[in-house]
Amino acid sequence: MTISVDTPKETFRLSQLLYDTRYRSLTIQVIAFILLMLSLSWLVSNTVQNLQDLGKDFNFGFLSQPAGYDINQRIIDYTSQSSHGRAAMVGILNTLLVAFLGCTVATVIGVLVGVLRLSKNWVVSRLMAVYVEGFRNVPLLLWIIMIFAIMSEAMPQPRDFREGGTASMLLGDSMAITNRGIFIPKPIWHDGSTILGAVFLLSLVGIWAFRRYAHKRQEQTGDILPVLWVSLGLFFVPTILFYFLLGRPVTLEYPELGGFNFQGGIQVRNSLIALWFALSLYTGAFIAEIVRSGILAVSKGQTEAAFALGLRPNRTMNLVILPQAMRVIIPPLISQYLNLTKNSSLAIAVGYMDVRATLGGITINQTGRELEGMLLLGLFYLTASLVISSVMNVYNNRMKLKER
Amino acid sequence: MKKTILLGALTVAGLAATAASASTLDDVRARGKLNCGVTTGLAGFAAPDANGVWQGFDVDMCRAVAAAVFGDPMAVEFVPTTGQTRFTALASGEVDMLARNTTWTFSRDVDLKFEFAGTNYYDGQGFMVPKALGVTSAKDLDGATVCIQTGTTTELNLADFFRANNISYEPVPIETNAEGLQQYGAGACDAYTTDASGLAASRATFENPGDHIVLPEIISKEPLAPLVRHGDNQWGDVVRWTLNAMITAEELGVTSANVRELAAAAGDNPEVNRLLGTEGELGAMLGLSADWAVNAIAAGGNYGESFERNIGSSTPIGLARGLNALWTNGGLLYSPPFR
Repeated sequence: MTISVDTPKETFRLSQLLYDTRYRSLTIQVIAFILLMLSLSWLVSNTVQNLQDLGKDFNFGFLSQPAGYDINQRIIDYTSQSSHGRAAMVGILNTLLVAFLGCTVATVIGVLVGVLRLSKNWVVSRLMAVYVEGFRNVPLLLWIIMIFAIMSEAMPQPRDFREGGTASMLLGDSMAITNRGIFIPKPIWHDGSTILGAVFLLSLVGIWAFRRYAHKRQEQTGDILPVLWVSLGLFFVPTILFYFLLGRPVTLEYPELGGFNFQGGIQVRNSLIALWFALSLYTGAFIAEIVRSGILAVSKGQTEAAFALGLRPNRTMNLVILPQAMRVIIPPLISQYLNLTKNSSLAIAVGYMDVRATLGGITINQTGRELEGMLLLGLFYLTASLVISSVMNVYNNRMKLKER
Repeated sequence: MKKTILLGALTVAGLAATAASASTLDDVRARGKLNCGVTTGLAGFAAPDANGVWQGFDVDMCRAVAAAVFGDPMAVEFVPTTGQTRFTALASGEVDMLARNTTWTFSRDVDLKFEFAGTNYYDGQGFMVPKALGVTSAKDLDGATVCIQTGTTTELNLADFFRANNISYEPVPIETNAEGLQQYGAGACDAYTTDASGLAASRATFENPGDHIVLPEIISKEPLAPLVRHGDNQWGDVVRWTLNAMITAEELGVTSANVRELAAAAGDNPEVNRLLGTEGELGAMLGLSADWAVNAIAAGGNYGESFERNIGSSTPIGLARGLNALWTNGGLLYSPPFR
């Protein structure tokens, strides 16, 4: 007996594109793709057309033209005769500076506050809650402007520091807080300072090597070496020893009142202070919550098990809780770092000369290259964000739970 | 970042907007009002009064153009712009013209693709310092902290001046005149620099104007001029000849008080007749009504009236006519003839 299997002939009708679930999603994707491409091409052709109507071309030649304006905070050499490209670079470095300072301080504040908010001390935990809620729920711009206003309105003017004035310098005449910023001593590097730097770097390497050795030894023999004291010793002793052996190759230049203002030293400008602290306090509040959630995410059983093994509370925190909490903390922390970097463009409120103010502000204004300038600016923030997030991802992968 | 997005969006929106426009004059007519870019507030030049109505020398320029187009000086929407946003606002079509203490320079005219409609105020950059500082010359300002509006020609002049004199300074960039005065008032900067007219206007708003002096040095030429976009010559002509009408009116003795009377019938002076449309077809050539200049002059008066009312010696700002007197009085104001 033979069974004839009647295979139905595959036919394809157009309506299947819409009604057949095998094809539908593909159809929708193709249509969406075409629409996206059409709107993109419309945007580009419209821009090109309008640039033509305005009689403007599209080129980046302006970057090599002399800028003509001065920038107060320069990390690299810059004069008004330097190019617009150089001015953009000064701005980029200023953005990166405030982003780096902000991320560092925000992390310190965030970790401290996050841990303290879990404190059993009612007053401390409430105080931290007030800080977190206060800073998280008020717009960042207001904090920036408020700190700037306090600095410029409430601090003494440089001339108040003159003889018989109302203000005086702090810390043995080495630091002055004025309404133009804070003046601090500046290190001057003489001959031999490179040797000193090398010694310092070597002692850092030494600390790292010692910690590795101590860790290995503990795993093998169970002996615990005094890591902290040896590290501290390695950190300070060789550098200080060489400082005197080389005949003090680094001296400090103190700010001194002269003419209109303090001369010498480093001026930390109001605009930087306002931006730095507002960004740190604001982002720190978010990081505190991230840290708290990370710690709470580690089950209580872990702590109890650690105590049962006889670990002391601080070792429990360092060896058991934090390593596990880090896995929860790091991913949202990355996005806070990115937020802080992008929020630094609020510098516009206080005249901090970041890349938005140089390339995206004065340069665009003087050259009329809005499109090119904005594209470059967008490209910079994109690159900076991607670099930060990839570096943090590397760190995240190292901290991640390793499954064996 | 918010500002960046805003500027970007403005550029894109503006690019999209200009694609559709035929001529600015038609657009303004269709809209029923003139969009005029002014400062965010500078006493005497453009600032809202107690009732929220914009008043000032630059505002009069906008009102005169609106009056020439619509016969109604109030058909103006004032758009406050900062030194940084003004050119984007104009290039993108957000405003039809700028009357905003803007210096006429080569690169703005040629490279930024704007058209300047003639100088309405001859100015120069100066410095204001507190008297207590004991400074008598700008060259004494070595090491001083100077507040400056960012995105302006003054920023470039300042850099040039200090470099040429080989003295140093610390620039404090600020966004608007109000912010600059706040910083200056708090002593966060030793000196404030902008156009001398702006300094006089700002000084007049201080509690004790006598405590501050404007230094004698004028370090630049700042011909301030209303401007429009490049490429629409008809609209450029409307703005240019409205300004010329105000200047010519002063020269011919036509004022806001007597302009209606003089325009009622053709008089003895053929130039007055041509200006006021009782003779010839000048209005029609511009694409405006025959009484365009009458309306423009009736709106804020002739150039001299507007000057005296807003910034002249009888006002708290107290600027002398100086270079801005008519050529017949030894100044630089000289309008081409209406013919």
